[in-house]
Amino acid sequence: MNLVQKDDAMVRQKAMAATLAARQEHAHAEGKKVVYTFVPGNLTELLLSFDIVPVYPEVEALRSGMRKASDGYIRAAEQAGHSEDVCSYVKCDVGMGLSGDVGEGEGKLPPPDLLLLSSTGCATFFKWFESLRRIYGSECSMLQVPYQADGVITADMRQYVVDQLRNQVIPTLERVTGQKYDEDRLREHLRRSREAEDHLVAVLQSAKQHPSPIDAWFGAVYYVGPIFTAWRGTQEAVDYYACLRREVEDRAQKKLGPITPDGPLVEEKFRLVVEGTPCWTNFRELWQMFAAEGAVVVASTYTKVGGLYDTGFRHDPDRPLESLAEYCLGCYTNLSLPQRLDLLERYVREYDACGVVVHSVKSCKAFGAGQVLLLREIERRTGRPGCMIESDLVDSRYFSNAQIRNRLESFLQAVSMRRKAS
Amino acid sequence: MADNLVGVLARAEAACADVDFSALANWKAGGGHAIGCSPGYVPMELADAAGALPVFLFGGTPTTETVQGEAYFQSAICHLPRTLLDLGLRGALDGLDLLIVPSTCDVLRNLTGVWRITLPKQRVHYLDLPQRYDADGYAFYRRELENLKRAIEEAVGERIDDDSLRHSIATFDWRRRVLRALDELRAAEPWRVPTSEIYLLVRAGAAMLPAEHVELLVDYLEAVRASDRKPLDLARVVLTGAFCEQPPLGLLRTLERAGCAIVDDDLLSSLRWLGTDIELRDDEDPLDALTRAYLLASPLLPSRYEGDERRPDVLVSRVRKRCASGVILASPSFCDPALLDRPGLLEGLERASIPCVQLQYTENSTDFGSVREQTGTFADAIRLWENL
Repeated sequence: MNLVQKDDAMVRQKAMAATLAARQEHAHAEGKKVVYTFVPGNLTELLLSFDIVPVYPEVEALRSGMRKASDGYIRAAEQAGHSEDVCSYVKCDVGMGLSGDVGEGEGKLPPPDLLLLSSTGCATFFKWFESLRRIYGSECSMLQVPYQADGVITADMRQYVVDQLRNQVIPTLERVTGQKYDEDRLREHLRRSREAEDHLVAVLQSAKQHPSPIDAWFGAVYYVGPIFTAWRGTQEAVDYYACLRREVEDRAQKKLGPITPDGPLVEEKFRLVVEGTPCWTNFRELWQMFAAEGAVVVASTYTKVGGLYDTGFRHDPDRPLESLAEYCLGCYTNLSLPQRLDLLERYVREYDACGVVVHSVKSCKAFGAGQVLLLREIERRTGRPGCMIESDLVDSRYFSNAQIRNRLESFLQAVSMRRKAS
Repeated sequence: MADNLVGVLARAEAACADVDFSALANWKAGGGHAIGCSPGYVPMELADAAGALPVFLFGGTPTTETVQGEAYFQSAICHLPRTLLDLGLRGALDGLDLLIVPSTCDVLRNLTGVWRITLPKQRVHYLDLPQRYDADGYAFYRRELENLKRAIEEAVGERIDDDSLRHSIATFDWRRRVLRALDELRAAEPWRVPTSEIYLLVRAGAAMLPAEHVELLVDYLEAVRASDRKPLDLARVVLTGAFCEQPPLGLLRTLERAGCAIVDDDLLSSLRWLGTDIELRDDEDPLDALTRAYLLASPLLPSRYEGDERRPDVLVSRVRKRCASGVILASPSFCDPALLDRPGLLEGLERASIPCVQLQYTENSTDFGSVREQTGTFADAIRLWENL
């Protein structure tokens, strides 16, 4: 049996998760307001400047997927009229809401005082919060984030987001909390965000080394947890990422590979780029499949849905609202398909990957529509082979171990043969 | 059926059967410009004002082949982008000087990028519609329309002047009035104006000059008014959810044969979007008028955020307004916008004691046996309970 190896950063993160769960559970008792909001395009620094406790419904959904509770919630939502065809995150949250069982299991989450809908990168977000509004009866403040169809953030797009922040979102937060907007507090949170973002980028870019000291998909979804959610803009996040960076740099210096569910990876045989979201219900199983083959993910796109920092963006305390607007506009799922293709190509080349795996999930149209073309084009542009595996976010009915294993093994065999041939 | 009605319907059927857009090719051969739009709302008055043929792309039918398009999308994506891309890949849309893709859903949004990568020579413009219906949404959308106008001007190489745009708005208002007249007649006498015929008539205008389309619609209106069709005992229903990918005509005919009179629907929405005329005010900037019209007169279709409205209330109002007795929730498979509305609509309909039935389809569905069973029973139940 392998002993679970826990580094300092992991211990810190577990403690942060417990602190947040307690903060969320006791928010109302402590007179705090609770706002439900999405990870992509989240306005955490702004919420923190109002002493608001944020809750992220898709994080609650993925957590319930990881602890194998999502299937029951999805069934409850389907019994309430939801189609099998639609996003399982939405159904999971709806099921949780209908059963009054919101939260990770240790503590129940309070109902929202406000739903803050930032539409970054996903049209389903509108529907998701329309559904939650029906369940909780709470007010919904909406921030429309234009799509980067032409691959650029224009002044008009930025202006629209800033106008909405100034004219709609901030006044609503003032009314709900009874507090005045304090731009200096916001700047201070943004300054800390920037610091943590620098550390995160160093961690992610450590995967350029051979062997990579991290797994940039399975491992990195843990790394991005704090900065994608309630901790961005806090000193705890700065400390966590500084600690994580030290540990990763230490592993890199010692030429150690990533830690996997079965212990440290002994030999890095394949360096892969992954496009797409994880499958949360079978997360560990899928990671083990990759690790058993010596396959390490050196770069992934999913770890950019809550902020694309490795291409240069940082929150800017000197331009607080403009910077929040640019953050919302720049998250991965808000990029055009040609931008996504360019990013994937860049990852393949810069991280010296030998292939690309696209994980297509039934639920997510924002990620999924166009992925076949991405795969085809990335093969054409880089000459590195690609493969598509399919399952779902939190609906385990769509995960087939045998099918995915077959595809992955065949793909890696093809990579090996190509390597030998060259 | 009177000869002239047969003739009008034959003209409409012929236009709808042109799945390879030969009308577009003919128009281009004559030296004209053409601008297309995918499903959702696009103010095609701008295309018309630029002297271009406005082409509304609705996807395919059961007879449309999508061999190449199928290879680009996973099974959990709706059928529509396969057909649209297939049309593009096999050159049927080569005549378009510009394709406009509105922000209807994430699939069509991403289709913009698919198009740019696979068909790099063809111009594509993404129109981000506002989801706010206030001053911020107005300012954003006004800027979006300026960008769209510029994109059209660049595509056709002509400036769009205000007078041309005013004229196009008036022409489109004319078509909107005729379409509303058709809707009113159908609501009053659904046995006289079956929805399957309205569908044909509207879809026939997909690649027609607006004035020519109005002529066809008026011919139908006159012919059907003069027809000797007899009242039928039908269950009056509202059909909703089919706003983007279209159901096959066979499905609509099956619903009618099963005893349903569809008295309100959201079919072919891009050609029927605005519920009222724009009615340009004196000296009003025409782009301001288009902006105002979208914000104030758009129906609450699945692609739009609810805002202060509530979908179930809006649907119940539609049912009451048309004196309907039931609702058919008909949505394309894998359509997040339409399918995610269903639970709320079901709740609202139950609260209002309005019976409903749910269907899913794809644009190339061909087997409607179970639909006939299901909706036949539904229609029978409505008529039975109404008559008791």
